[in-house]
Amino acid sequence: MTSLMEAAFYVAAVVAIVSTMLAITRLVAVHALLYLIVSLLAVAVDFYTMGAPLVAALEVIVYAGAIVVLFVFVVMMLNLGAQARDRERQWLSGKIWIGAAILSAILLAEVIYLIVRAGNVGSISGVVGPKQVAIALYGPYLIGVELVSMLLLGALVGASHLGRPAPKKTEAR
Amino acid sequence: MLGLLWLVPAIPFASALALAVLRFPRRVVAWIGVSSITVSSVVSLLVTFSFLHTPPSAISYTQVLWTWLDVGGFRPEIALYLDPLSLIMVVVVAFVSLLIHVYSTEFMIGDDGYARFFAYMNLFVASMLVLLLADNLLLLYLGWEGVGLCSYLLIGFRYRDPENGRAGRKAFIVTRVGDTALMIGLFLLYRNLGTLNIQELMQRASQHWHTGSGVAIAAALLLLGGAVGKSAQLPLQTWLPDAMAGPTPVSALIHAATMVTAGVYLIARTHVLYSLAPPAQFAVVVIGAATLLIAGFSALTQWDLKRVLAYSTISQVGYMFLALGVGAWPAAIFHFMTHAFFKALLFLGAGIVIKSLNDEHNIFRMGGLRRQLPVAFWTFLIAGCSLAGLPLITAGAFSKDWIVWGAWSAANGSGGLWIVAIVGVLLTSLYTFRMIFLVFFGEAHTQAVKKPGYAMLAPCVVLALLSIASGYLKTPFARFLETVLPWNTAGVHAAPITEITSEVIAALVFLLGAYLSYAFFLRRRAYATRLTSSTVGGVLHRFWFSDWGMDWLYDRTLVRPLVWLARIDKDDCIDGFYTGVARVNEIAWRVLRRTETGRLRWYAAGIAAGTIVFIAVVLFL
Amino acid sequence: MMSSIPMGHGLILAGILFALGLAGLLMRRNLVFILISIEIMLNGAGVAFVAAGSRWSQPDGQIVFLFILATAAAEVSIALALLVRFYHQHSTLDADAASGMRG
Repeated sequence: MTSLMEAAFYVAAVVAIVSTMLAITRLVAVHALLYLIVSLLAVAVDFYTMGAPLVAALEVIVYAGAIVVLFVFVVMMLNLGAQARDRERQWLSGKIWIGAAILSAILLAEVIYLIVRAGNVGSISGVVGPKQVAIALYGPYLIGVELVSMLLLGALVGASHLGRPAPKKTEAR
Repeated sequence: MLGLLWLVPAIPFASALALAVLRFPRRVVAWIGVSSITVSSVVSLLVTFSFLHTPPSAISYTQVLWTWLDVGGFRPEIALYLDPLSLIMVVVVAFVSLLIHVYSTEFMIGDDGYARFFAYMNLFVASMLVLLLADNLLLLYLGWEGVGLCSYLLIGFRYRDPENGRAGRKAFIVTRVGDTALMIGLFLLYRNLGTLNIQELMQRASQHWHTGSGVAIAAALLLLGGAVGKSAQLPLQTWLPDAMAGPTPVSALIHAATMVTAGVYLIARTHVLYSLAPPAQFAVVVIGAATLLIAGFSALTQWDLKRVLAYSTISQVGYMFLALGVGAWPAAIFHFMTHAFFKALLFLGAGIVIKSLNDEHNIFRMGGLRRQLPVAFWTFLIAGCSLAGLPLITAGAFSKDWIVWGAWSAANGSGGLWIVAIVGVLLTSLYTFRMIFLVFFGEAHTQAVKKPGYAMLAPCVVLALLSIASGYLKTPFARFLETVLPWNTAGVHAAPITEITSEVIAALVFLLGAYLSYAFFLRRRAYATRLTSSTVGGVLHRFWFSDWGMDWLYDRTLVRPLVWLARIDKDDCIDGFYTGVARVNEIAWRVLRRTETGRLRWYAAGIAAGTIVFIAVVLFL
Repeated sequence: MMSSIPMGHGLILAGILFALGLAGLLMRRNLVFILISIEIMLNGAGVAFVAAGSRWSQPDGQIVFLFILATAAAEVSIALALLVRFYHQHSTLDADAASGMRG
């Protein structure tokens, strides 16, 4: 049983990584979003195998289900056409991605080095169920919950303000 | 009453401060400026009465205000010292300043910086009074520098014209040479005698130094250097003619009556030192004699009215130096007093003439003004006669005759000096009457447009009366000064000339000079022009006109090499260091500027790179 | 169920996801892709928290992930609103078009 879980973990991890790599190299925004959804789903599986079923569900529901959907709506609204794809191809070529790749690779190498250096720090054991999480949320982390709600309120107000139609006169550039 | 002494310099100083800092309308400025000097003069009079009525012990009064410094045993105080010498000079300075301030309320009415003018003038009077009342040489030096500063500020008063600024700078720099000599002299005196308090200094000098000792000579010569600079004597006299670029009241106050006599005061104050250093006193004589002749010749050739008077001032101060040098100390001070009156009057009169002819300075373009400016004419004539030495009536005759007699008979006098003095009288008479005849007689080349008001005429009248009356004060004057400046009748050698003979000869010479100018400048101008256009005459004329070539000499030997040096040293290594620092900053800026691209991804990359570096630092260090 | 996935592996996964998101951020010029890359990075950070929380069998990791989720939601909504505004103003989605702060 456990080995199945482990295998699921590693397979889902590979899927997540590959789909993320694909997501960042697409030319059409919607394609990238779809690959992103795949990546998020794979990460959700990873969460489940790590013994965190609640966040696995939340990942799917909130992240893939709301946030990415929001992205999709906006991208559809922008209605970027074929010339956008050509432009992307133009922008993506060149040595710009070599520099980016090198930077990320170095950072990744450092992080991996740190982790490996620490050695065996333990392994994931046991499931932390939704009940435990809920009790902790409404116990010690109550303030966090309230703050998050205020944050979301702020985002709501901000988004609605920014979403108003722009004034007809030209704004200061 | 004597306790009010500190008010005499303090009130003009306070008024200068007020005028400089606060803003008042013009009438208030005039009131403040004049009334501060008035109060100062009144207080000085009260002090005089008190001093004469109940003379304090040792015929001197010291008022200590506070201690200036207290460093390692060096303890100069802000203290005022009153004795007959300083009393006379303070009273003269205060009153002449008062009259000139009244005059300038009307003279300067058209100028922009009215308040600035009175602030500077009051500051000048305050500094001069501090100089005269100082009880130690350091405080005297403070007043010395103060009058130098105000002289610079006032000469370059109309600063928008760069010529005035140049004249101010020239005055300041040339007197600075003298000031440096004075400062070195102060250092020398302190180092050898341990004090700068004048009375103590004189005492210790006569105790520790024997007559003719090297230190005494050095100190006396250095003080002489300072006096020569401030009083515009040879070789530092070149600044005074150019200083006529300043407004006429400035010339009257500073460069005729007060500042230029600061050197005379200094030498008179420290006369004990000069008695201990006969070579230095001889130097004083030589300088005085040479200057009075050189300036006299130069005055003969000038066409600018104020420059004639400037050279005349140099020449008359030369007379004072001559008197100091031969040991006739009170004669020098008496001449200072009469000179203050008639020279200030001459300048004020010149100012009236210049203003009414709309800023015409050239005497050859004036003429016939005695009918158009009667009051100015009569006062100018009285002053001119006083300057030249009209006997028995004018004060100038009394003081000059005293000096001429002293040149023969005093301790260091000799026949040669007497002849020099007499020649000086001839020259004075010549250039004075030349000036008077050309300006006030003859046909009028320019019409007088503006007539002076009461504020300008009243001081002239008062000064004219003083130019006549003050001469009769000679004997009480000498007696008053006896405690401070002894008139040494013991070393008098009279034969073969007596005092009366000397005076008669001087009077005859005066008349000769008057007649010669009449002949050359009034009756037949052609004689004068023929003289100047002849070869010898022309050369002499140009030579004397240019102040015996001294300006040219200084320019070639001092100014040009220094300017050349400064120019080639413009970019030396020290400058290079500072410009280098600026360049490095500039390069750094240029490099760093490239990092501010305004692009989002560039900044994100920067953050990532920074994170990498920090983690690496944590990992590996 | 007892799984013995070492926490290190979970963290490495998080690191890789984060690095990929960073690479996407630096590489892409289109603003939409930049925002997507930011989401990837946030997700990666979340994985790290959950892995650590599970190792200690405590809910704290999941709670933090919850907060990250909420933050990401808030940020996305504002970012997309700004994106739309940006598009209206500059008529392009080029991130380099907004370089008015260039020194």
